[in-house]
Amino acid sequence: MPNISRRTFGLMMGAGASTLAMPYYARAQGKPRAVVIGGGAGGATAARYMAKDAGEDLDVTLIEANPQYTTCFFSNLYLGGYRSFDSITHGYDKLASNYGITVVNAFADTVDREAREVVMADGSRVPYDRLIVAPGIDLIYDSVPGYSEEVAEIMPHAWKAGPQTKLLKARLDAIENGQQVVMVAPPNPYRCPPGPYERVSMMAHLFKEKGYNDCKIVIIDPKPKFSKQGLFTEGWEKYYPGMIEWYGPDVHGGIASVDPQTGEVETDLDTFKGDLVNVIPAQKAGMIAASAGLANDSGFCPIDPASMRSQMDDNIFVIGDASIAGDMPKSGFSANSQAKVAAMAIRGELTGSKVFPAKYSNTCWSLIETNDGVKVGAQYAPSADKIASTNSFISQTGEDDALRQATYEESVGWYKGITTDIFGG
Amino acid sequence: MTGSGRTKTPKGILPRAAALKRGAWTLLAAGYVLLPLSAAASGNGDPARGEALFKACKSCHQVGADARNGVGPHLDGLFGRQAGVLEGFKYSSAMKKLGEEGLLWNASTLDAYLEKPRAYVPGTRMSYLGMRKSQDRTDVIAYLKALSQEAPASDPQADTQTRAEIGAAAMGLEGDPEYGEYLSSECVTCHQMSGRADGIPSIVGWPSQAFIRVLFEYKTNIRSHQVMQNMTTNLGNEEIAALAAYFGSLDPQ
Repeated sequence: MPNISRRTFGLMMGAGASTLAMPYYARAQGKPRAVVIGGGAGGATAARYMAKDAGEDLDVTLIEANPQYTTCFFSNLYLGGYRSFDSITHGYDKLASNYGITVVNAFADTVDREAREVVMADGSRVPYDRLIVAPGIDLIYDSVPGYSEEVAEIMPHAWKAGPQTKLLKARLDAIENGQQVVMVAPPNPYRCPPGPYERVSMMAHLFKEKGYNDCKIVIIDPKPKFSKQGLFTEGWEKYYPGMIEWYGPDVHGGIASVDPQTGEVETDLDTFKGDLVNVIPAQKAGMIAASAGLANDSGFCPIDPASMRSQMDDNIFVIGDASIAGDMPKSGFSANSQAKVAAMAIRGELTGSKVFPAKYSNTCWSLIETNDGVKVGAQYAPSADKIASTNSFISQTGEDDALRQATYEESVGWYKGITTDIFGG
Repeated sequence: MTGSGRTKTPKGILPRAAALKRGAWTLLAAGYVLLPLSAAASGNGDPARGEALFKACKSCHQVGADARNGVGPHLDGLFGRQAGVLEGFKYSSAMKKLGEEGLLWNASTLDAYLEKPRAYVPGTRMSYLGMRKSQDRTDVIAYLKALSQEAPASDPQADTQTRAEIGAAAMGLEGDPEYGEYLSSECVTCHQMSGRADGIPSIVGWPSQAFIRVLFEYKTNIRSHQVMQNMTTNLGNEEIAALAAYFGSLDPQ
């Protein structure tokens, strides 16, 4: 993660005060500027939709620190051996070449809201008329005592896809029969509610496929219940009998600490020892949300449910995992859906295009075992104080094999569809 | 069209011997892919059973003398026809290319296509996942072959009935493509704008009536699919017509 010293930062802030003296490229050209920070499911979609729909009328810039993006969604399928790492990794070349988006490959430090400029880590500035902030999540390492960014090299979280995902995969592949994996699950709210439990399913699948039937996976969960619990529990009993144990807070009594040296997770009930420990700590909005003053005490960013506009700044919109999106879960699908609402609102403000009422939707698919997929989803509409669910569905326990297979195959189709919608095709 | 209307038509069912006899010529055109002589290729199918199985196909494909293109191309006169050539149907470029390269529909090529459509014609717009059992394919092919050559009368009564169920008002609505384009952003998270079907059906380039009918069938739970039922819950006539107008105006790539 590139960074700048406090001194340089201070100098830049000083420079920001005299913006009148700076050339205002966008204004000079007379073309309104929309800037997006973060090239994930939310940010890249928003940039693409603004550029696609506004064409020449809008100047769109996407700021993203990494040259490529590995999706967190489907990264569990990589862990389970169903997908290659390459197949869940995407570049920004089509956004630049097919849609004329300026892709800036650098880290954005903060936002000078007064001057309407994004302040980059190298001190340069990117002016905007409207800004979308889509930084995803940051991990609150010390929410689990004993855990830290350094310890994550030994006890991977793999909750931001990339090197951590590869590390967890390598560690999983090295597990031998009879060994134990311990997962420390995250407290609400967190990215991808069914994700930890799909991950456990994929771990179990990996062990079962190797004939490692004596392996154990223990989940220490700070939550009394979890997403798709009935479906996962049914699947675990069916496919991986005796392999997976889940402990809620009423059993373990609280997570006291983790110890990277011994691989121990200490709870009020007992100490659990893992040959591999996967710690998924509590989460908050990505760093820039706080540095730009867009987050509230919850660590996430309050928005207007009808537009995704920040409650802190009329010129800024916050989408995806970083936002407080009411009943919507933090998912790639949600971020993609919110991006389209924000893109439409901004395009309307900057180019005068028609703005329709906001609609949101989400579906989360999970894989339990080969050809056994389940899903949960809903539609949402803005209410006075939040984005509220209007109707929803969930897969049922006891569904037949053909339906579960169709659900899995549909999820593969969805992955292709949404990644094309995000990164262009 | 409903299945019950046709079962009673004697023309719809061929005697087994006649089906066997026809098996011979269908082999002639099998230059495209050589397969082991399967039950399908030998013409050993039961068209009556095939008719029942064809229910899974008929929401998209019409057969018989007055068959028209719907979501899928009509299947009348299918045997011996070059792939991807029907007037007025928007095929995938993959299907058109294979047709130009010599793919003809006969018992063997249909057998291979029906088993795994997307493996046989990568890029096909047909979202059907495939018919696993060899005997099922043989029977459906026998049924198609029978209809293809006997050309039974159309069944207008059944057609009227289906439309009545979903409300004639919506079928006649002219959709606003601009509104449809806005609404479409919710669809293209899964359904690709290019018309490719990689596990999620293609919805590009459909005839408007077919598009409206299918969305109404989801909305009224005649069709079962949780995501689509959920997605269509809040769509009114105007929205559905707008989506039909917009997606119908697109060409598959």
